[in-house]
Amino acid sequence: MATTPSSAQVVVIGAGITGNSLSYHLAELGWTDIVQLDKGPLPNPGGSTGHASNFIFPVDHSREIADITRDSVRQYKEMGVFTESGGIEVARTEARMEELRRRMSSARAWGIDSRMVTPEEVHELVPYLDPSVIIGGFYTPSVGVVDSVRAGTIMRERAIDKGALTVVPNAEVTGLTVENGAITGVQTTQGDITAETVVIACGVWSPKVARMAGARIPLTPAVHQMISVGPIPILAERPGEISYPIIRDMDTFCYERQTGSDMEVGSYGHRAILHEPEEIPSLDQAKLSPTEMPFTSDDFDPQLEQALELMPQILGDESAEIRYAINGLLSLTVDGVAALGETPEVKGLWSAAAVWIKEGPGTGRAVAELMTRGWSEIDISNSDIARFYEHQLTREQVRLRTDESFIKTYGIVHPSEQFLSGRDLRLPPMYAAEKELGAVFFEAAGWERPQWYASNEGLLGEYGDAVMPRENEWDSRWWSPIINAEHLAMRERAALVDLTAFCIFDITGPRAMEAVQGIIVAQADVPIGKVIYTPVLDTNAGFRSDLTVMRLAHDHYRVVTGGAHGMADKKWFADHLPPDGSAQLTDLTSAWTTVGLWGPRAVDIIGSLTDDDISKESLKFSNCREIELGNLPVLASRISYVGEFGWEFYTPVGYGAALWNRLHEAGRPHGLVPAGIGVYATTGRLEKGYRAYGPELDAERSLFEVGMERKKLKAADFVGKAAYEKQAAGPVETVLCMLTVDDHTSASGIKRYMLGGEPILAADGSALTDGHGRHPYVTTAGSAPSLGKHLLMAFLPPDQAVVGNRLSVSYMEELYPVTVATTDATSPFDPDNNRLRGRV
Amino acid sequence: MTNVLVCIKRVPDSSEAVTLTPDGRAVDGRYSGYTMSPHEECAIEIAASVAGATGGTVTVLTLGTDEAEEQLRYALSVGAKDAILIEGDPDDFGPRDVADAIAEAIRTREADGTPVDLVLVGNDAADTGDFQVGIRLAHLLGRPVCAGIKQVEVDGDVAVMTGDGPEGTEVYEVALPAVATILEGGVEPRYPSITGRMKARKAPVARVTPSGSPRGTGRVVLTVPAPPPSEVTVLGTGAAAAPAVVAMLKELGVTR
Repeated sequence: MATTPSSAQVVVIGAGITGNSLSYHLAELGWTDIVQLDKGPLPNPGGSTGHASNFIFPVDHSREIADITRDSVRQYKEMGVFTESGGIEVARTEARMEELRRRMSSARAWGIDSRMVTPEEVHELVPYLDPSVIIGGFYTPSVGVVDSVRAGTIMRERAIDKGALTVVPNAEVTGLTVENGAITGVQTTQGDITAETVVIACGVWSPKVARMAGARIPLTPAVHQMISVGPIPILAERPGEISYPIIRDMDTFCYERQTGSDMEVGSYGHRAILHEPEEIPSLDQAKLSPTEMPFTSDDFDPQLEQALELMPQILGDESAEIRYAINGLLSLTVDGVAALGETPEVKGLWSAAAVWIKEGPGTGRAVAELMTRGWSEIDISNSDIARFYEHQLTREQVRLRTDESFIKTYGIVHPSEQFLSGRDLRLPPMYAAEKELGAVFFEAAGWERPQWYASNEGLLGEYGDAVMPRENEWDSRWWSPIINAEHLAMRERAALVDLTAFCIFDITGPRAMEAVQGIIVAQADVPIGKVIYTPVLDTNAGFRSDLTVMRLAHDHYRVVTGGAHGMADKKWFADHLPPDGSAQLTDLTSAWTTVGLWGPRAVDIIGSLTDDDISKESLKFSNCREIELGNLPVLASRISYVGEFGWEFYTPVGYGAALWNRLHEAGRPHGLVPAGIGVYATTGRLEKGYRAYGPELDAERSLFEVGMERKKLKAADFVGKAAYEKQAAGPVETVLCMLTVDDHTSASGIKRYMLGGEPILAADGSALTDGHGRHPYVTTAGSAPSLGKHLLMAFLPPDQAVVGNRLSVSYMEELYPVTVATTDATSPFDPDNNRLRGRV
Repeated sequence: MTNVLVCIKRVPDSSEAVTLTPDGRAVDGRYSGYTMSPHEECAIEIAASVAGATGGTVTVLTLGTDEAEEQLRYALSVGAKDAILIEGDPDDFGPRDVADAIAEAIRTREADGTPVDLVLVGNDAADTGDFQVGIRLAHLLGRPVCAGIKQVEVDGDVAVMTGDGPEGTEVYEVALPAVATILEGGVEPRYPSITGRMKARKAPVARVTPSGSPRGTGRVVLTVPAPPPSEVTVLGTGAAAAPAVVAMLKELGVTR
C-alpha cells in the first residue's frame, strides 16, 4: 500500500482522465512534488471515465472545445490508445440536414476533414443501417475511440518515472483546510497532506469536495443511459474493438457504437435524470461502480424502438441480448461548459471539473499551463470557473438549467438560443417600464435585458426594406427586424439603452492608481474625470478583457465591464491588488444601474432635464462627471459603443426607474426610441468596427492582430508588457478584418444571412490559412442598417487582408461573395468619428 | 402442453453490500437498483424451455406495488407471455399471506378456464429469505412440491425434477399439476433481446386484488451481519499473472 506523503507542492484529487492528464502535464511542465489521490482503486477508481463510451467526434461549434479536442486526440494518438473508426451523424429530418450543413461550416472553420454523405453512402460504410430511415449524413473520417483508462495509466506512469508523482489510491478526501482564504492542506482516510495548491478533478464528486473548503462548483451528476447488445455476428466477424463508423442518430439523440462483437446504444434522449453528489453510492454500496447506477429501462424503451428502426438487421436479432445496461453518471454544469481554474473563493484551490473524455488530455495540459505559468496555449477562458454569478452557484439553478439543457446534448441549438428556466432573477430597476414597452428579454448574467421592443414595431413601416428583413426562419430566429429599425432611429434621432447588466467594481485606497496601472495596458495615471478604454492582458500579452475605467478621485477608480465576463474580470483585478490591502476592490454591480443615451438629438433631450453644462466642449469625449438631472444624482460618462454622441448615465439602483422614465419622457418630443441590446452589441458596434471580448478578443490574439496596438506604450510596467514588446518585434500572422456580403441570394432564391462561425474561403471556395495555421471564420456577423450591408468580422491571412479583396463565405454549404471592407480598426460607418464627437 | 406459472418478487439488488432503510425493516435499493433473485431468473428460463418443449405458455406473477411491473416486464422480455400483478404492499404480506394470494389467483385463473400445470417459485426471496411460500402454496393447492430444484423437464403428465441432495443428484418424477421451488445454477438464464424488450412493453399485465387481508410478517427488524473477513491473494504481476487469472476465472465459473 502506498504511504501518503505529509506534504506536497500540489495535490490532485481524482484519478480519472482529467486528474491523470493534469498530473502528467504538471510534471512535464517542471513540477516535481505532485501527489495524486483517489478514493477508488486503480486503474479504474469508479468515476465517469471508467464507464465512458470513449468515442471522439472532433467537430464542435465551439472553437475552444474543438481545439481542446484536437489537442486531446493528438495526445491519445501519441500514447497509442486511439483507434480511428470514422463517424457519421445521420439526419432523419430536413431541419437536422440544415444543422449538419452548419456542422460542415464548423468543420471547415476548424480545418477538420468532413463531408456530407447520402443515405446510400452511409449504407455503404455501415451495411447494417437501413438507409430508408435517414435522408443524409455528415461523415468525419477522423472520428475514433480511445482507451481512456489505459491513457490515464500511461500518463501517471510517465509522471512517476520522472520522479515527480506519488499516487495514493483508496484514499478518500475527508476535509480541506483553509487558512486566511487560502488552501493549506487535505485530509484523507490515509493521512493528511499539507499543500498550498490543490486541484479538484473528481468529476461528479467535485461539488462535494469543493464544499469542504467553502468553494462551489456548479455541476450536477446526470444520467446518460447506455446498453450493450450482442453478440452480433457481422460485428464479431471482424477483428479488433471497432471496424465500422460510429453512428450518431441525431434526431433521436442516440448513438450506436461498435465495441467488439457488441453494439453499444447510448442515449441523450431520455428525461433528465439528475442526482446529488452526496447521493452517489460508495464503492461498497454500488453494484457495478459508483457512477454506474441501476438502469431504469422504462426511460430507455422509446430509444430502443428508434435504434431498432435504424439497425433492424442486427438489433432485431433475437440472439443478440442486452448484456449490460447502466444509468451512467456524467457531469453537467449550469451553463454546459466546464469549470476550470482557481476557485474565486479559495486561493490555491483549483477546479478541473465537468470535462468529457474528448477534452481530458487537452484540458489537463491547458490547466497545467495556467497553474505553472499563468496562460495556456489554448484559451480556456470560456470555461473559467470564476465566471459564475451567485445565482448560478445555487443547486436549484444548476438543477433547472441542466434539466432544460440535457435534451440539447444532440439538439439543434441556435447560436442566440435563450434558456427558458431559471429566469426573472435579476430585474433592472426600469423593468416595469420596459415590460410596458413590450421588451423582448434576453438573459445577460442573470439579468433580464431587453433585446428589442415590440413598441417599436411601428418603425418597420417607417424604414421599409432598410431594416433588412430576413426571410429564412433560422436566420431570423431569436432576431427581429425591429432591432435594425431601432438602430436607424438611433442614428436619425436618439435611443435609450438599458445597460444594467454591466459589471461594475471600484478600486480604492492609497495605492489604487499603482494597482490599476499594473493591470491595464492604457495609462492609468490620468486626471480625475478621465474615462479609459483599455485592454487587459495576461503575461503572454493575450487578451484577458477589454473594459473601461473611470478615475473618480485620486484614490478611486471605477471599472465597468461586460456582464458575461464580469466575474472573471473581478477575480483578475482582485488577484493583482497589493497584498498589503493598500488598494481594495468593491463590487457595485448590484448597487448601480446604467442607462445609455445616444444619437443626434441626445443633446436636446438632456438639455431639457439639467442645468449643468454637459455640452461637448464642457464634457469632452472620454470624460465623466457627476451631474444633476433635476433631483437625480447621475455620473455621466461621455463614451459610446454605438458611434453616436451621448452618454452612459450611472446612478444608484434606487434612482434607476426614475432616470429611465425621465429620459424616456423628455425624449418623446425628439423621437427618442428605447433600443435593445441587439443595437448596442451587434448593429451599432459592428458599424463602428468595435471588437468584442470573446468573439474577436481572446488570449490567443495579440493587440497587433486585432489592430489595437498602442500608438505610445506607457513607461509603467503592466501585466503582459514584456510579452507585448516581444510581439511588437515579430511579424503579424493574422489580421482582423471586416467584410461585406455582396450577394445574399441562395440557390433557392431566398436571401440568407450569416450568423457567425462560418468559414471565409477564397472566391473559388478553396481554404485559406493564416500564419498560426488557422482558417478564417466569421467571429461576428450582423446587420449594418446604416450601410445597408450585412457585415462580417474575421481574421484573415495578412496577404488576404487587403481592402477590396474578394473572397467568399460558406453558409449552409453554399458560397456567397464577400469583399474586405477594412483591415484595421477603422469604422466602416462614419470612419472619422464625426458623430461620436458631436460634429453632426 | 404445459402451462407454467412463475412467481417472482421485486427485491433490492443485493449482489454488493446491503444497505437497510432508516427504520431497519427493509433493504434499501436506492443505490443497487431492483431486480428479482437469480433463483427466479432460473425459474423463468426453466419455464420457457418447458413451455417451448410442450407448446405451453409461461405466465409470470408477482405480489407488489406498481413498481413491480418493472420485474414483470423483464420476465416478459425473456420468455413469459402474460403477467399477473397481485396488488399489495409486500411489506404487509407474510409468507402465508403470499401463498394465500397466489393460490387464490391460480384458482381464479383455472376457474376462468386456463389450467396452471406447473408452478415455479424461487427457493427463497433475496430480501426476506423466508423459504416458505412454495411449500405453503403446494399445501393450499393440494399439489405435490419439490424444493431446491435446478432442472425440470415434462413428459406428458409427469414432471421430472432434478436437484442436489446430500448424497448426490436427486431426481423426482412428479405428477402434474405440481409446484417446484427453484434453486439457481442448473440453467443459464438468458438476457433480453431488443425485440424481446419491445414485445414485453406491449404484453398484457392483469391486475388482481387479494380478497383476504394480510396477517403480516411478524418481522420486527433486519440486521446486517458483519461482512465475512476477506482475504487478498496476489495472483502475480504483469503478463506472468495471466495463467493464474484465467485459472481463477474458470474456478469461479465465469468463463469456460
